[in-house]
Amino acid sequence: MSEATARTRLGALGLVAPLVLFLALFFAWPLVSVLKESVSDPVGLRAFPATAEAALGWDRQSEPPIAMKQAFVEDLRAIDDQQLLGDAVRRLNSAQNGFRTLMSKTVRAAQEQSGPLDLVAVDKRWADVRFWRAVANSTYPYTDRNLLAALDYQRDAAGKVVALPAEASANTAILIRTLWIGAVVTIACALIGLPYAMLAASLTGWKRQLLLGAVLLPLWTSLLVRTAAWFILLQEKGLINDTLIGLGLIDGPLPLIFNRLGVVIAMTHVLLPFMVLPIYSVLLAIPKNLMPAAASLGAPPWRAFLRVLLPLSLRGVVSGSLLVFMTAIGYYITPALIGGAQDQMISSVIAFYALGSANWGMAGALGAILLVATLALYAVYGRLSSDRAGSL
Amino acid sequence: MAQSNIRFEQVNKSFGTLRVVDDLNLTIDQGEFLSLLGPSGSGKTTILMMLAGFESPTSGTISLGSQRIDQLPPYKRNMGVVFQNYALFPHMDVAANVAFPLEMRGIAKADIAEKVTRALDMVQLGTLKDRRPSQLSGGQQQRVALARALVFEPSVVLMDEPLGALDKQLREQMQLDIRALHRRLGLTIVFVTHDQSEALTMSDRIAVFNRGRIEQIGSPREIYDQPHSRFVAQFIGETNLVEGTLAENGQSGATVALPGGGTIRVQPSGAPQQSQKILVSVRPERIRLDKGGKTDNSYSATITDAVYHGDHLRIQLDGDAFGFIVKADRSRADRSRAEWSPGDRVTVSFSASDCWMLPA
Repeated sequence: MSEATARTRLGALGLVAPLVLFLALFFAWPLVSVLKESVSDPVGLRAFPATAEAALGWDRQSEPPIAMKQAFVEDLRAIDDQQLLGDAVRRLNSAQNGFRTLMSKTVRAAQEQSGPLDLVAVDKRWADVRFWRAVANSTYPYTDRNLLAALDYQRDAAGKVVALPAEASANTAILIRTLWIGAVVTIACALIGLPYAMLAASLTGWKRQLLLGAVLLPLWTSLLVRTAAWFILLQEKGLINDTLIGLGLIDGPLPLIFNRLGVVIAMTHVLLPFMVLPIYSVLLAIPKNLMPAAASLGAPPWRAFLRVLLPLSLRGVVSGSLLVFMTAIGYYITPALIGGAQDQMISSVIAFYALGSANWGMAGALGAILLVATLALYAVYGRLSSDRAGSL
Repeated sequence: MAQSNIRFEQVNKSFGTLRVVDDLNLTIDQGEFLSLLGPSGSGKTTILMMLAGFESPTSGTISLGSQRIDQLPPYKRNMGVVFQNYALFPHMDVAANVAFPLEMRGIAKADIAEKVTRALDMVQLGTLKDRRPSQLSGGQQQRVALARALVFEPSVVLMDEPLGALDKQLREQMQLDIRALHRRLGLTIVFVTHDQSEALTMSDRIAVFNRGRIEQIGSPREIYDQPHSRFVAQFIGETNLVEGTLAENGQSGATVALPGGGTIRVQPSGAPQQSQKILVSVRPERIRLDKGGKTDNSYSATITDAVYHGDHLRIQLDGDAFGFIVKADRSRADRSRAEWSPGDRVTVSFSASDCWMLPA
């Protein structure tokens, strides 16, 4: 009996195994590796392995132990990868100014002489405990530098978290802009989507199919194609401006493209299905006799709508808003094509770091921030919807 | 108070080419409990919906007292409606549900609270004010729906199969409760059901519908004991129908000749003519087995099946002239024999007054 149960369970596991494998390979693993990339900092450890070990016993306040200094010299003599040394020096210099000259001097001295080396004699700065602290810190394989930079913060020489100078980075501003565009698009989608879904749910037969089809059709075309279509429609000599001018409603072309308005229009169109469909399904689940019941109890149509249908459909609006917002803050192509310089969202910054400057750490850190924002929202939604679930 | 009868006059209702209500003329007295009974598709729900205002008649008029109401929107009709699946508002608690019709009538807050409390006490739900409908059992939801339909003191309450979703015991309890409320509040209740026993126990009058027409309307006793047609006889309860020709119809009694020979003495009735083809209806619980003594009708038959139902045995008989179904009440004389089993030869007997003639 128990053997049979075990076999059944094994069979079930075998059936879900491909899915689990797929999720692990294409969802969990990339996610973990990107997050790890954002906090990993292996250069120092790879360049100075012996120093790293010796630094474990040091309190980072007093004079470093002789053994650590000797290990550092040995590490410098052992490096034959110039690329690695260059990365390590850059890493040290970013933590403590002056390392570039100090290191070139020290490496030369270490490689010319053999046996114990008096580093202070090579350069006085080796007497300064701050330089040793930077070396020891650099051997730690993890860093919060990227995460802080993603939020426009850094650690100063003393290790305290301070804001970056205003001109150095604009990540926070772009993040806020991203959330703002996401919010505007979400509201626009809700304002269009709610009446649309109500209309679709109230119709039957081919009219309902037509309305749903009109919303679904864009979902079946590529995002790039849809965005390109808006590019054509919105431009100065585009269909919309030509039509309006032709009708004599405006004198000159409206600025619809390369600005925030165009981005919001195009994103609202692209994301509308994610608002309409959840609201529509919630509306269909509302018992058909509630509105007649309200009428029989003396509610004129508009009051029945406000008191019964609208509150009940809000559940759909909430889940639709969440879907739209979470998708919107990750948008990249639409703002890149339709927007101007001031409309770029956080994804384009991530793309810049990942593709443009090969700074995977920064790209990962910004991605992590975006992920945290999304998860926080999802948690809020979960709380809200579980409260409501009790009421339905 | 002025008499406010509900009157349907020559009301027709068609959906496309399908006529669901066919020339309905019906007066419902004030304070009456009228059940609309019929199989599904017989038009009974459509009639209720026209009364509530959710459907309008294709032709004809509906009036309440002296006011014509068939063109009035539902929210102006001031009738309480209890829906099949209660139709409670899921996003409001019990008190808010019951307060809804009062708010719609612009009643002052303090009065609302008092009326809601009174209505909920009336259905014994005073302690569940703050619950959501989803936290209530079916019976409790039903009571809330009832309180909500009664709280604004309508003179007419419409109920659309309100007990259909409840289990048997709860349903019987609710039947008694609704009847008690009806008597206490002097309401006019129009009650749609397809459950004939529910209609029989609750109503002052029953209107039996078939294909959009009233087959028969009358008190439960009339409907059950003196059905006008084969449809009513078979729809209300169970019956034995025997076909025959009317041989004699006089003051002293009537006789029906059976096609296979033999006769049945039946209750005389004014309508049928002699030598007309007719049906005789005998209720299964009126038939005695092996009773002995003198009776109007007695026949010998063979038991083909006997099913135990707890309070009665349902016995199927194959007679020489015709087949019977008999309900043998276990508390009565039939107990003389402990068991009936298939194959037994028995005598069935019933009195002429339990035989009712129907047009064939």
